Amino acid sequence: MKRQASGPPHPAFRAFTRALPLTPASVLLLLFLAGPIAYCAYIAFTDLQLTGQAEDSFIGFDNFRTAFGDEAFLNAVWLTLVFTVVSALLGQNTLGLALAALMQRASKPVRTLVGGIVVTAWVLPEVVAGFLLYAFFRREGTLNAVLDWLQLPTQNWLYTLPILAVSFANVWRGTAFSMLVYSAALNEIPKEITEAAEVDGAGGWRRMWHITLPMIRRSIGTNLMLITLQTLSVFGLIWVMTRGGPGGRSQTLPLFMYEEAFQKSMIGYGTAVALLLLVVGSLFSVIYLRLLRTEV
Amino acid sequence: MRPTAPSSRRSPLRLLLTAALAVTAPGALAACGSGSGSDPDTVEVSYKQSTDNQVRVMDTFLADVKKQFEKANPGKKVKLVPIKAPDSEYYTKVQQMLRSPKTAPDLVYEDTFLINSDITSGYLKPLDDYLADWKDWDQFIDTAKTAAKAEDGKTYGIPDGTDTRGLWFDKAIFEKAGLPSDWQPKSWADLLTAARTIKAKVPDVIPLNVYTGKPAGEAATMQGFEMLLYGTEGATAAGATDPLYDEKSKKWKAGTQGFKDALAFVETVYKEKLGPEVSDALDPNISTRVRGELLPEGKLGINLDGSWLPQDWLPGSGHEWPEWSEKLGLAHMPTQNGQSPGKVSMSGGWTWAIPDKAGNPDLAFEFIETMQSKANAQKWYIANSGIAVRKDVAADPAYVEAQPGIKFFTDLVSSTHYRPAYPAYPKVSTAIQEAMESVTTGDASVAEAAKNYDEELKAATDDQVIEGTEE
Repeated sequence: MKRQASGPPHPAFRAFTRALPLTPASVLLLLFLAGPIAYCAYIAFTDLQLTGQAEDSFIGFDNFRTAFGDEAFLNAVWLTLVFTVVSALLGQNTLGLALAALMQRASKPVRTLVGGIVVTAWVLPEVVAGFLLYAFFRREGTLNAVLDWLQLPTQNWLYTLPILAVSFANVWRGTAFSMLVYSAALNEIPKEITEAAEVDGAGGWRRMWHITLPMIRRSIGTNLMLITLQTLSVFGLIWVMTRGGPGGRSQTLPLFMYEEAFQKSMIGYGTAVALLLLVVGSLFSVIYLRLLRTEV
Repeated sequence: MRPTAPSSRRSPLRLLLTAALAVTAPGALAACGSGSGSDPDTVEVSYKQSTDNQVRVMDTFLADVKKQFEKANPGKKVKLVPIKAPDSEYYTKVQQMLRSPKTAPDLVYEDTFLINSDITSGYLKPLDDYLADWKDWDQFIDTAKTAAKAEDGKTYGIPDGTDTRGLWFDKAIFEKAGLPSDWQPKSWADLLTAARTIKAKVPDVIPLNVYTGKPAGEAATMQGFEMLLYGTEGATAAGATDPLYDEKSKKWKAGTQGFKDALAFVETVYKEKLGPEVSDALDPNISTRVRGELLPEGKLGINLDGSWLPQDWLPGSGHEWPEWSEKLGLAHMPTQNGQSPGKVSMSGGWTWAIPDKAGNPDLAFEFIETMQSKANAQKWYIANSGIAVRKDVAADPAYVEAQPGIKFFTDLVSSTHYRPAYPAYPKVSTAIQEAMESVTTGDASVAEAAKNYDEELKAATDDQVIEGTEE
């Protein structure tokens, strides 16, 4: 189109020229992100199988109905909640905060050493961490050797308490992230405020409860959101340690999804479960966003 | 950024979407078009590479055939595409490759356990036209020819050997327990008695290993459960049909007495602690441990397992154990109460198949002909401890004497059974593993586990189930 010599350019033309630089990135996003997601959403409503089927067909909400009537699925949802609450909300979050708070008071060499150890656990590849912890929890493993040496009764952890063993593994592996977030947040608190509270005679716990926690509320929310979403999708760690067993006692949703889609070849059903996992994640996110919105 | 008028604030996005769709749509359409990107002079061969880096039996064999083939056909090339994965993940990977002409190889190694399922999905090509012109096909034994025959009567795969199953026992442990070195149980009760004797007299070993549960996968179904099920009274009675599948009505059988008896055997083994620790039995690495540690280290009394075990102990395997043939004895699996025919064995095996979307099917079949010639087939059977499916090889003294145990396991072929490898079989197999796992852990009684199996079976087979018909 031809621009007039006077007056502002036509809004449509301006919009077009502004959008032009964004086009390549948007095309890539649509092609590699939105496309597969839309395709996944479609597959969830079909009975597509990887093998053993000549034709797949559209079956509406059948997969979802099957899921809610499937005991194994409900068991997986329950275990996912247990795993997330125990390992992320209680474990990583509290331990990360405690470590960050303690490290503030520690001397520099101690800080460096502890930080280094915790971060090492975090940067290890998931599968490597899984094998390490498998070796730690096995019946002939390190933990039982230590208990034995202390004259305490040993346990076959991966068999009797598999969900707790994998939760502990996830705490071990993921605490560093929370620790880093909280270290940064604690450093932001102005010294004057804590000093003023100290002068007013507030003890350590009261300072924590009335000063520190409210001041880092936003970081807590952000951290909870991030680690919850990370934990919901943990697959490799559990797969290496227990494969969801024994008898499905550590089968969280990602493992259940993998089993249905790839081991039982029910791609359609597995994808539907994946969408439901997305819903679980969204619910958590909504709760955290609500918590973040309220002002103190 | 300063907000502009609403109309123009939304329009860049809309424009973007339109532009992006215009760009992506042709791409998506083109992806649906056919046209394999493969070179007409190259055969791509996909096969399963062992997850044990020490075991390279198949790689060595195929490299040798490749050399022969390229020498005999100047200008033609063979490209080997190993897929390194445990069984269940190998199947998944192959199925995904077969879905598109861009990724489908020209030749693929298919387990008979899954081949019917893949045929139904339209992944494979019927080979009848090729077989009509292939003289060597007459040398294959009849049961092997039907291994990859689909319900439409066409043949989709060339078997490269088969296997049978039986009992391996440790002679040293038997001596300590006061059991004979030429032991041969006549019934399940005999087998359990021997295991109980070992438990009482040789306390620090595992008396009897029967694979169980989902982590062991098809090994639990076939080496464990079916070796029991196919020997039950109902399965061996005169005129009995397959205990899992009814050929007449084309339906799967629910809740037979034999099914419960086999589950009860598994329950007994783990309840009385005659087997490995339950947690070890449900460890995905159990079969690797049995072959690599427990048997060679003399920690396992009796092992219900396949004919292929020695391939892990041959020279070059990384854990050589040349004296296995003196240390271990062999016995066939008895029927439930010793009733006729007295022996039970299951057979499976793998086949070479040509994908429906293969670029060079003709060349691929020529490669099969080279690979399954008498000389090459014999080399392969011996290298991987397989059972011959070619009559001329089975009759060759060089093959029979190549390895201790070959004769014992080849003789079992006459009393062996094949799985009802219909498309739903893999799912049925998983349902069996779940039932086994629940009686192994004690989560369910035999009756409950059998009931859960019936429900799972309906889901797995689209309700193609008939209620307990006892012969």
